[in-house]
Amino acid sequence: MNKIPNRQAICEVLMEHAAADPDIIVMCSDSRGSASLAPYAAAFPDQFVETGIAEQNLVSIAAGLASCGKKVFAASPACFLASRSLEQAKVDLAYSNTNVKLIGISGGVSYGALGMTHHSAQDIAAMASIPNMRVYLPSDRHQTRKLIEALLADQKPAYVRVGRNPVEDIYTEDKIPFEFNKATVLSEGTDLALIACGEMVRPALAAAKLLSAQNITCTVLDMYCVKPFDSETALKAIRQCKAVITVEEHTKIGGLGAMVSQLSASECPKYVRNLGLPDEPVVTGNSAQVFAHYGLTGEGIAETAKELLAHV
Amino acid sequence: MNLQAKTFELRKDVLTMIYRAKTGHIGGDFSVMDILATLYYKQMNLSPENVDSPDRDRFVLSKGHSVEALYAILADRGFFPKSDLDTYSQYGSKYIGHPNNKINGIEMNSGSLGHGLPVSIGMALAGRMDKRSYRVYTVMGDGELAEGSVWEGAMAAGHYKLDNLCAVVDRNRLQISGNTETVMAHDPLGARFAAFGWNVLSASGNDVSAMNAAFELAKKTKGKPTVIIADTTKGFGVSFMENQAGWHHRVPTEEEYKQGMEELEQRRLAAL
Repeated sequence: MNKIPNRQAICEVLMEHAAADPDIIVMCSDSRGSASLAPYAAAFPDQFVETGIAEQNLVSIAAGLASCGKKVFAASPACFLASRSLEQAKVDLAYSNTNVKLIGISGGVSYGALGMTHHSAQDIAAMASIPNMRVYLPSDRHQTRKLIEALLADQKPAYVRVGRNPVEDIYTEDKIPFEFNKATVLSEGTDLALIACGEMVRPALAAAKLLSAQNITCTVLDMYCVKPFDSETALKAIRQCKAVITVEEHTKIGGLGAMVSQLSASECPKYVRNLGLPDEPVVTGNSAQVFAHYGLTGEGIAETAKELLAHV
Repeated sequence: MNLQAKTFELRKDVLTMIYRAKTGHIGGDFSVMDILATLYYKQMNLSPENVDSPDRDRFVLSKGHSVEALYAILADRGFFPKSDLDTYSQYGSKYIGHPNNKINGIEMNSGSLGHGLPVSIGMALAGRMDKRSYRVYTVMGDGELAEGSVWEGAMAAGHYKLDNLCAVVDRNRLQISGNTETVMAHDPLGARFAAFGWNVLSASGNDVSAMNAAFELAKKTKGKPTVIIADTTKGFGVSFMENQAGWHHRVPTEEEYKQGMEELEQRRLAAL
């Protein structure tokens, strides 16, 4: 089992590039430890800015730095970054078009029993609804590396959400089929399209495996680029399958599931079932327990799939 | 050029712009005009020729609703043709009711209050990192100071001892609902900034010479950011607008427009 969380992969990539590129700046709001960025802060003190516990200031200062040519990565817990400083993200990043990458750490229900204050189950909806704000949820450390490298090379704002804990690898070091802003097709089948993002790609794959034992074939998409949403690849999957299930660590309102459902409704109507978190504070538990509670596991998804396919 | 006289000419441009478009924040435009004019005509190393230079001085209009005053100055300084002002707030125009960086000479979009100071801090930090000597200026309204993000910024600027940063408070003591001290008190305002580690200056904010002197003092202050509390009169220059909260964003009638233009011309002539 992989021991490296995606947030640590981000730190590694930034450290690899920071020495050669003095314009790379990392910012934290008393979050360098929780963001796994303490090694960066120690190695590159002149390319690190601390704001203290002040997320609004974090994002606005980042915008000011970026307007002067800096390539800023601002990391803070996703729950605060995507709500407390949402207006700063809207005005100073998206609207002013500044080169700031927001890194929402410990996203979704990573903080488990700490409760709703610390959950970011609305960040996709909040960020994706802002013009000129991109939203990425990488599924594993390898894809996270590729994503950060791609984001280092562009000039526009983006929001990246990663979880707190190490997640099992989806890809291997020598095989990372990453194309920027294109979903990765993990398997192809004709019965069910399983479209997932972030940490939910792993259970989606597990469900596909369980279903294939019952002769149900799945097209599984890793839609790490929630925005710009890769509608071309999604539509191809919808077209070639009988029904669709979306899986995300996010409320069902305004997230990946909503985007897939809109696309299907307008271009290729199929039964679409959205799996995600409920519109209420989630059950107390660690993230694995929360996922199991809401059927966000391989078994849970496979069960939903069988029910759904029975209607088709 | 007599800059004080110029400010009344610019106010006439603002009055015309708002009268034609039937929208705008005239009271704050008139209170902030002398602050902006001092920056753009006397202080800042910023012109249409160096607008892309990394060494230019930076300006962020944090009280973005005073954009008409900024438009009038930018047009007069040649950042864009003066005829563009005719499109202010018109269908499809980029000259909207708040600063927008699609317009030549405008660094950052603003309009939501409490953003300009922290954005300016980022610019000042970048200047220090890159060892550039440019200065960063931002102008806030006094009502704006109720935003918590202003004080997050005040804390950070003090912490980082940003002496290349100068903030100005357009202290006209009126906001949309009335007197600032009734709505949400700011006094002792200077002491508040001083407590956050700032150099605090006061100046008569509708007097370009006084503002110029304050900016000169700010430049000489090392080791801390400077805030200039500019005592201004909302609606300055037109008798019936002065110190009236109702003129925060009222649109003049034809008669008021004519009278306002006449008064501003008299003030201009008197300043010569």
